[in-house]
Amino acid sequence: MQTQIGAPKQKLSFSDPKVRAWLFQIITIVAVVSLGWYLFNNTQTNLQHRGITSGFDFLERSAGFGIAQHLIDYTESDSYARVFVIGLLNTLLVTVIGVVLATLLGFIIGVARLSPNWMINKLATVYVEVFRNIPPLLQILFWYFAVFLTMPGPRASHNFGDTFFVSSRGLNMPAALAADGFWPFVVSVVVAIVAIVLMARWANKRFEATGVPFHKFWAGLALLIVIPALCALIFGAPLHWEMPKLQGFNFVGGWVLIPELLALTLALTVYTAAFIAEIVRSGIKSVSHGQTEAARSLGLRPGPTLRKVIIPQALRVIIPPLTSQYLNLAKNSSLAAGIGYPEMVSLFAGTVLNQTGQAIEVIAITMSVYLAISISISLLMNWYNKRIALIER
Amino acid sequence: MKVLKSTLAIVCAAAVLGVSGFAQAGATLDAVQKKGFVQCGVSDGLPGFSVPDASGKILGIDADVCRAVAAAVFGDATKVKFSQLNAKERFTALQSGEVDILSRNTTMTSSRDAGMGLKFPGFITYYDGVGFLVNNKLGVKSAKELDGATICIQAGTTTELNVSDYFRANNLKYTPITFDTSDESAKSLESGRCDVLTSDKSQLFAQRSKLASPKDYSVLPETISKEPLGPVVRNGDDEWLAIVRWVGYAMLNAEEAGITSKNVEAEAKSTKNPDVARLLGADGEYGKDLKVKKDWVVQIVKQVGNYGEVFEKNLGKGTPLEIDRGLNALWTNGGIQYAPPVR
Repeated sequence: MQTQIGAPKQKLSFSDPKVRAWLFQIITIVAVVSLGWYLFNNTQTNLQHRGITSGFDFLERSAGFGIAQHLIDYTESDSYARVFVIGLLNTLLVTVIGVVLATLLGFIIGVARLSPNWMINKLATVYVEVFRNIPPLLQILFWYFAVFLTMPGPRASHNFGDTFFVSSRGLNMPAALAADGFWPFVVSVVVAIVAIVLMARWANKRFEATGVPFHKFWAGLALLIVIPALCALIFGAPLHWEMPKLQGFNFVGGWVLIPELLALTLALTVYTAAFIAEIVRSGIKSVSHGQTEAARSLGLRPGPTLRKVIIPQALRVIIPPLTSQYLNLAKNSSLAAGIGYPEMVSLFAGTVLNQTGQAIEVIAITMSVYLAISISISLLMNWYNKRIALIER
Repeated sequence: MKVLKSTLAIVCAAAVLGVSGFAQAGATLDAVQKKGFVQCGVSDGLPGFSVPDASGKILGIDADVCRAVAAAVFGDATKVKFSQLNAKERFTALQSGEVDILSRNTTMTSSRDAGMGLKFPGFITYYDGVGFLVNNKLGVKSAKELDGATICIQAGTTTELNVSDYFRANNLKYTPITFDTSDESAKSLESGRCDVLTSDKSQLFAQRSKLASPKDYSVLPETISKEPLGPVVRNGDDEWLAIVRWVGYAMLNAEEAGITSKNVEAEAKSTKNPDVARLLGADGEYGKDLKVKKDWVVQIVKQVGNYGEVFEKNLGKGTPLEIDRGLNALWTNGGIQYAPPVR
């Protein structure tokens, strides 16, 4: 090989599209970085100049105020960092309960909207149109102020068999506490689950080999009930119940679901379920009617047709928009600040911000939390979507 | 949409800190004179302290402190614009320069004075303390009987901390429910969500007057904390701080010298008392030192009133609140309101 001596040497020229592309990229990066630096530096200087403490040291200081609902132990002498964890857990609690309930309700309503029964069909339509079109904050305020706070006080609460009490203080119920048979019971549940997995594998294998279906669901349910029940008979009850009792101002003992939590979960569930119903309906509609006819002509009854033919194909259309509904639900939980439920925005970006005065740090932390929650939900749903996507062979 | 609004306000204010220029001593007065009015942060509606009337005019002792500052700076007490802030928004609004004075029943504490870029001029508008408002049906006569109670509190206040201190000190249990606005907490007390509403005592009387049947509720005798409420300014502007401080003291001194909105003009012309002559600008250049009008105290007292007049007009016997002067009487009358002299 001989080097090309006579070839014109490439000069850096503005008319070269490659050079131009690089130049603009560099200019953009410099602009973005310097804007970021300017904002950061100016904030720092201003904070210092005005004598506003900055940094994250405040997280270690003790909070000194009470919190209505905490899933982990908390006393007033605990740190702001622990308050942050409590706020985060309270947000996640609402999100998880809301997502599960909204999905169940949404699927039911969505299928109901396709029902040939006129009554069920119209009821589902009315549900969707009503709850989809009212802003979620109004729904939260409605459930809280118009439903839960108008319940009678604890002394005149609605009593359900001396075990459940509904009052303006929320839903009081018996607390389950670990008894002698608790650990054997846990072990037996694990054993039952392992047995179910083995049974399902065996059944699948047999189905593929011989085509004979097996009642996996019923057999699994039987295993799940029989094994732990036998265990409880031998080792004694796994749990004992602590009943709520009226004492002084309020119920003592037992568990309580505070009305703020109930109102928020209910409102978000009902609101999001309306959207999910529409997504489910469109998903099922997207599967061509020929699939149903083909399944029927193979001799499948309506139930298995829906479960084994329609839904798996519909899920591919349902999952992506469902993800954004889950994200909306997680973000809408911040509206709880309006009714005093102690979640991230109300507790951390509210009380903590005000007690410490460190607005920038607190708001930054809160924003990153919502970002992290949303991205986690997104990743999880994308993974699931990939798993159920059509595998082309 | 209050929640969204307040969160947005905090975020915006934080962003303002990012792009705004430096604060300088004297900058606030210059800016105020240039724009022609004082921007004053007040509460979101607390009878007696700052509450809008039917025509939207803000009434109350906190609002009058701002009017007095305007009277001193411009010679015109109407040159004030008010921003209604909830407890959570207030400090960010002041830090970011959205308001020039925060006169919003705010308790002076060391951490607020030192760590948050704020300064309390030291004039205390109202000496207050935290108390409890309960439904008579509960039959509670003392705060010590509140073990196990559910308590409604306004979020982001010193009350949140004081209540927790009190219950811990007395080994009592409680459940706090915190709301953004005082209206929400009052509504929850009426509906029975909480047994007790707690706040500064003056606020409890004000909130009780707003309930559907005020007779059914009473304020417990205990006062569990010290809550000196006063105006706040930004850190780093000593000139503005001095103006706000001495406007407050001037109102107290005027009451002590017996100068009222009725007799102030006559006194300014004909007084023989050297103390009063200095106060009213007939002798010396004390207004000039503060960079306000020479007759600043005359304008304050004529247009707004002395401290006693302002107190009676907004909180006293003639109002629905019917609050006694108590601690807020002048030191010469058994209270603790004591102002250093103007000289």
